[in-house]
Amino acid sequence: MSGATVAEMAEAPPDATRIAAEARDRVRFEEEALALSDQVFRVARHLAGSREEAEDLVQETYARAFRSWRSYQPGTNLRAWLLRILTNLNIDRGRRKQRAPQTTPLEANDYYLYDKLAESDGAATDEERVVERLSQDDIVTALAAVPHDFRDVIVLVDLGDFSYQDAASILDIPIGTVMSRLHRGRRILKRELADSVLEDVS
Amino acid sequence: MTQANQDPCAHCEEMMQPYLDHILTEAERVEAEHHLDDCDWCRRRYRFEESLRVYVRTTAVERMPPGLMEKLAQLRTTDPGPASV
Repeated sequence: MSGATVAEMAEAPPDATRIAAEARDRVRFEEEALALSDQVFRVARHLAGSREEAEDLVQETYARAFRSWRSYQPGTNLRAWLLRILTNLNIDRGRRKQRAPQTTPLEANDYYLYDKLAESDGAATDEERVVERLSQDDIVTALAAVPHDFRDVIVLVDLGDFSYQDAASILDIPIGTVMSRLHRGRRILKRELADSVLEDVS
Repeated sequence: MTQANQDPCAHCEEMMQPYLDHILTEAERVEAEHHLDDCDWCRRRYRFEESLRVYVRTTAVERMPPGLMEKLAQLRTTDPGPASV
């Protein structure tokens, strides 16, 4: 029950009051969603294969979000809610098909990348400098080469700062799967980075 | 898992990701740190992994293309009006 007085209710029929309140909620929802668009794009950029695809995906996501705003529960994580729409759209667009389902992706041990970088550098340098031998291009290309299932988790957790729990609900997979894909995905990413560095050298 | 007959550095490598994710048990964490105290070789690789994570996160960031925000605002179903806050 609203706290409207009898006088107010006489002025504005309950329906009109409810419609006005809903309109205000809707405006607020849209403003909150738009305020997150930069963060949504940053994650979308690496879930999608290219900047252009990411831009389309973000637009589709917002169009859908604005239409189905009523299914968002105020007070819950809006960024996660938007990313859930976005990953579903991304999968619907057939990105799932691009992955070869039964092949085992190449992963190396966790120390592999450091060993390769240090090896090709000769003199042992400090760890922070070693990392800088990787260019932005190396990183973007290596990320894109990680199979979709693994990449989604890395992008949400390591780039997007989502908790395991949020990533699990965005992707609709168990939390244990998030953790194992993250673990393997990072190894695949490092393997891809090592390969790109070795290519640069040769 | 029998750790006794496993190479301690290989075992430390296995613990690296969960260590940096803070999801090891207390006993495992102590075990990893005990090894790291004595092993410069593993310590370097842990530090590298930490730097790599930060580096990937910061390097992979691409800003929103110009004009996208406007396109998104046009998708709004409501008219925020001049007084919108």
